[in-house]
Amino acid sequence: MEGLIAKPVAIAIVLFARAITAVRAIWANDGLPPRRCVYFANHSSHGDFILIWTVLPPRLRGQARPVAGADYWLRSPLTTFIGREVFNAVLIERDRERRTQDPVEQMAAAIDAGSSLILFPEGTRNQTDEPLLPFKSGLFHLAAARPGIDLVPVWINNLNRVMPKGEIVPIPLICTVTFGSPIRLEPGETKDGFLARARAALISLSPRHSGGSE
Amino acid sequence: MNDARSDLITLVLGIFAVLIFASLVGYVLHRRLSPDGSNSAVENLNARIKAWWIMVIFIGVAFLAGRAGVIILFAFCSFAALREFITLTNTKRADHWALASAFFVVLPIQYYLLWAEEYGIYSIFVPVYAFLLMPIISVLRGDTERFLIRIAEVQWALMICVFCASHVPALLTLNIPGYEERNVLLIAFLVIVVQLSDVLQYVWGKLFGRTKIAPKLSPSKTVEGFAGGVASATLIGASLWWITPFTPLQAGLLSLVITLMGFFGGLVMSAIKRDRGVKDWGNLIEGHGGLIDRLDSVVFSAPIFFHLVRYWWSLT
Repeated sequence: MEGLIAKPVAIAIVLFARAITAVRAIWANDGLPPRRCVYFANHSSHGDFILIWTVLPPRLRGQARPVAGADYWLRSPLTTFIGREVFNAVLIERDRERRTQDPVEQMAAAIDAGSSLILFPEGTRNQTDEPLLPFKSGLFHLAAARPGIDLVPVWINNLNRVMPKGEIVPIPLICTVTFGSPIRLEPGETKDGFLARARAALISLSPRHSGGSE
Repeated sequence: MNDARSDLITLVLGIFAVLIFASLVGYVLHRRLSPDGSNSAVENLNARIKAWWIMVIFIGVAFLAGRAGVIILFAFCSFAALREFITLTNTKRADHWALASAFFVVLPIQYYLLWAEEYGIYSIFVPVYAFLLMPIISVLRGDTERFLIRIAEVQWALMICVFCASHVPALLTLNIPGYEERNVLLIAFLVIVVQLSDVLQYVWGKLFGRTKIAPKLSPSKTVEGFAGGVASATLIGASLWWITPFTPLQAGLLSLVITLMGFFGGLVMSAIKRDRGVKDWGNLIEGHGGLIDRLDSVVFSAPIFFHLVRYWWSLT
């Protein structure tokens, strides 16, 4: 029953996202990611993974699961339904003290089961003037646990203006989602070195960095 | 079948003939100069022609659907144009509610007033009411940083994308003796003359363009293209007098005004793009860029054309 509702809800969400943002994907020179991978993106709005999801072709969309905070999505029956059934999110517990499952194991298990992941390594929404917050270490630990997987940087532009934190009415503005070339964890690379490289790969996709308008 | 409808169909068939001719030229150029798709000018030309087919079909369907169709089509154009315009502005979080009301209150009200034919209010709703309302909403958040710039941008966006654009469907509300039921042809006249002027300026410029007219604003615009495009579009406008309430001379003079406003509209909108550091307003129409890239000349000519016709020909 819930599955029957989830599909139309998913389609409605994608259509709504398109109507508001006229979102356009800019693919890396190598084109679409050929196989399952980990998309890692900047995080400034609740709509972030919806936008990535919207621009992915249906074939890739079906296998892409967002990684999201269980504390946020499991707070009410409606958000639980959307998080679990519609987005099929990998819900991780962010609170180190109280969690019962290891997030990296949860993510690795999802990859082993054939899914791609959408990950926001900043860990929370960026409300600062900085383009990108420092990365949490989850991306590194995941890359170390599954060294063969491609990590695709994805820059979401303008969505923070569409729906800033605390606002409920979205402003229609044109958004773009830019996919970069995949990176992998190099043998012997340190945690800090890898996270700095991944963060630089993501920032290099931002229009402010590449000289375009915002 | 009434007169208006048969004239409209004649017109649509004529436009189809022009497009078929353009498609054939595009196909020949493609085979001769760019068989592997490597000549970007030819490929862009063909993308433009393809997009023209789609635009003409959209407008044609809206015309055949009547008043509701035309108003809905231009309401959508206003929405997409406003989205492109606001995307390029400096607005901040403090403008959130001002922007939300621009999209979801001002735009629908303007088109509703048009639908209701309330000339007394729709002709001042944006320049008076929205003009004052926008800064009031923004100022409530108390953010004074670049306040005038932010507010001016929202007001400009509304004037260009909603107020000016809505003057195209507003032509339907004019009451011209002896021209009842035919007002949709006035829209066709305006849109055909403006767009042909753009196309012909491009064609003349490509063929004979030597002297750049405004190198800082738009490197592709030339004196030869401007003169040839305006003159030929004016002549074509005069020869379309039979779909208008005008004599051939009046149709020619109005066409001249339309094409000049359209040309300068293109320049102004191009200056805004330069300032914002972008080449196109968006990516909505393949080969043309954004919707505003196609609409820029129309929005500048529509209000002037509307008021000239209203002043001299209309009873309302």
